[in-house]
Amino acid sequence: MRNVASKLVSNKAALLGLAIIVIIILLCALAPLMTPYNPTKPDFSAQVQPPGGAHPFGTDKLGRDILARVLYGGRVSILIGLSGAVGGMLLGVIIGSLCGYFRGWLDAVFVKVAELVSIFPQILLVLVLVTILQQSMYNLIMIFIATGWVATFRMVRGRFFSLREESFVEACRVFGLGDLSIAFRHILPNCLGPVIVQLTLNTAGFILQEAALSFIGLGVPSGTPTWGNIMNAAKEIVSINQYPWVWLAPGLAIALFVLGVNFFGDGLRDALDPKQI
Amino acid sequence: MSENKDILLSIRNLKTHFHVRKRVIRAVDGVSLDVRAGKTLGLVGESGCGKSITAHTILRLLPKTARIKDGEIIFHSRKRQPVDLLKLQPSGKEMRGIRGNDISMIFQDPMSSLNPVYRIGDQIVESILEHENTTRAEAMERALEMLKRLSIPSAEKRIREYPHQFSGGMKQRVMIAMGLICNPELLIADEPTTALDVTIQAQILELMQELQRQLGFTIILITHNMGIVADVADDVAVMYMGKIMEFGSKEDVFLRPSHPYTRALLKSVPVLGNSGRDLLEPIRGSTPDPSDLPEGCSFAPRCDFAKPECGQAIPYVDVGNGHLVRCVLAEGREVRDGQ
Repeated sequence: MRNVASKLVSNKAALLGLAIIVIIILLCALAPLMTPYNPTKPDFSAQVQPPGGAHPFGTDKLGRDILARVLYGGRVSILIGLSGAVGGMLLGVIIGSLCGYFRGWLDAVFVKVAELVSIFPQILLVLVLVTILQQSMYNLIMIFIATGWVATFRMVRGRFFSLREESFVEACRVFGLGDLSIAFRHILPNCLGPVIVQLTLNTAGFILQEAALSFIGLGVPSGTPTWGNIMNAAKEIVSINQYPWVWLAPGLAIALFVLGVNFFGDGLRDALDPKQI
Repeated sequence: MSENKDILLSIRNLKTHFHVRKRVIRAVDGVSLDVRAGKTLGLVGESGCGKSITAHTILRLLPKTARIKDGEIIFHSRKRQPVDLLKLQPSGKEMRGIRGNDISMIFQDPMSSLNPVYRIGDQIVESILEHENTTRAEAMERALEMLKRLSIPSAEKRIREYPHQFSGGMKQRVMIAMGLICNPELLIADEPTTALDVTIQAQILELMQELQRQLGFTIILITHNMGIVADVADDVAVMYMGKIMEFGSKEDVFLRPSHPYTRALLKSVPVLGNSGRDLLEPIRGSTPDPSDLPEGCSFAPRCDFAKPECGQAIPYVDVGNGHLVRCVLAEGREVRDGQ
């Protein structure tokens, strides 16, 4: 593990990515210290003010401070993106490892389930589930986990199929190790590279999907600021043309965070691969 | 085949069959063997004759399609009461305690027998931590000592390196270190040098013999290379289509081969410096379909001395000194060839 850390530190892109992630998360977590404004309270004396002065990022049509909205909204967006992706990864890794290692009926069942999930376009599935489960942040996370594990599951299961035939696995058995230890401690670390990449892709993807769903009004209820909801509020042509700061700030926040996650994920994958020095 | 005290492992009438789509493949079909403690038994035979399946049956690591039909494998360990390995649960606690600890195995392909994501030191101590109550630091100390014994240069540094930083021969040394780290009584070496080039082969074999002298473990060496057997084995078992055709001391088997198959095998080995007149004699025909073996001797269709009796049950005859031959030709020669 020491080696992984030192390899990460020497990778500039990964460090930059980590810095972006940490700074954005810190800013969002410490939002009350960063801005005196309430993100949901309208202030009709200060509608659509351009950036500068009391409102560094400007205000929206209801006079709410954009900086406050982006910071408080980031809490929700990042939480949804990260926990959806991490939850999906854990589920996919665990089921994929068990199916790939033990095969048999367990594998047959989960392959069918995974096929069932992936024959529907994901956005359609999300729409249906949102309609059934009601709009809420936690439901959205659940839905992302339920649809997001499939890619990781397939990848891990496939890698297990080839790795379980390697003689180091047989060697583990010969040395008296148990099945679970072989599966999770000896085979699984060999699959982590693509899993990490999938995690970063999913984190970015879920933040964007949340934005998209909120934009069409099916994501997080519009009362709660999220990066997607903020942009949703700026969807008329007037805002796009004349008040670019209303959508530019949350858009940049999404782009920056996703970029950071991708950089860091790439570096982490390289650091976990012992063949890359 | 008497119940000697110096027998470590005695296999009797072992039958491991595979059930594949309603066909039965008799991969191991009545193997009986005695492995002498502290000695090296060479188990030779061509590909697919059941050598590796025999080894995997000893360790009870068989694929799901395999069934052990009959037989017993008595393990006379110094540390415990004699135990029939076939009576233990394949993945039970007792069998897992024996694997790696009392009986260990090394493999043919050193390239894939080490886990690419772990440092070799961590992989060697894995076995110690599984079987013994020691700290990681102590286990590392022992791993380092073992690597030094296996003459790995600058072992202190290399113990922290990854498998891809090792050459084939060095990986096989690491593999041997893993196999021997818990001080097993029996080491099964399944073609340990086949994937290595000739000079490294000799080094590895010498190293194994040297360690055997120091530590006193027993080796079952599985190979198809008669030269290696002649070099390192004390006893030889010649296997063909799931049966032991001939078993005896190296001298008996090599100097007085009594089974036509052994003789044919020995004639088909190239010898350096042979003159043009001593042409190699290949064995005619090819191995029969393992799911449809002939009755009686399975070598009979390829044998130059086949007789009608070969189609019946073949006796396992002692032609002297525990030199056993499964052939009708050996019948009635019990002592003649012996001395």
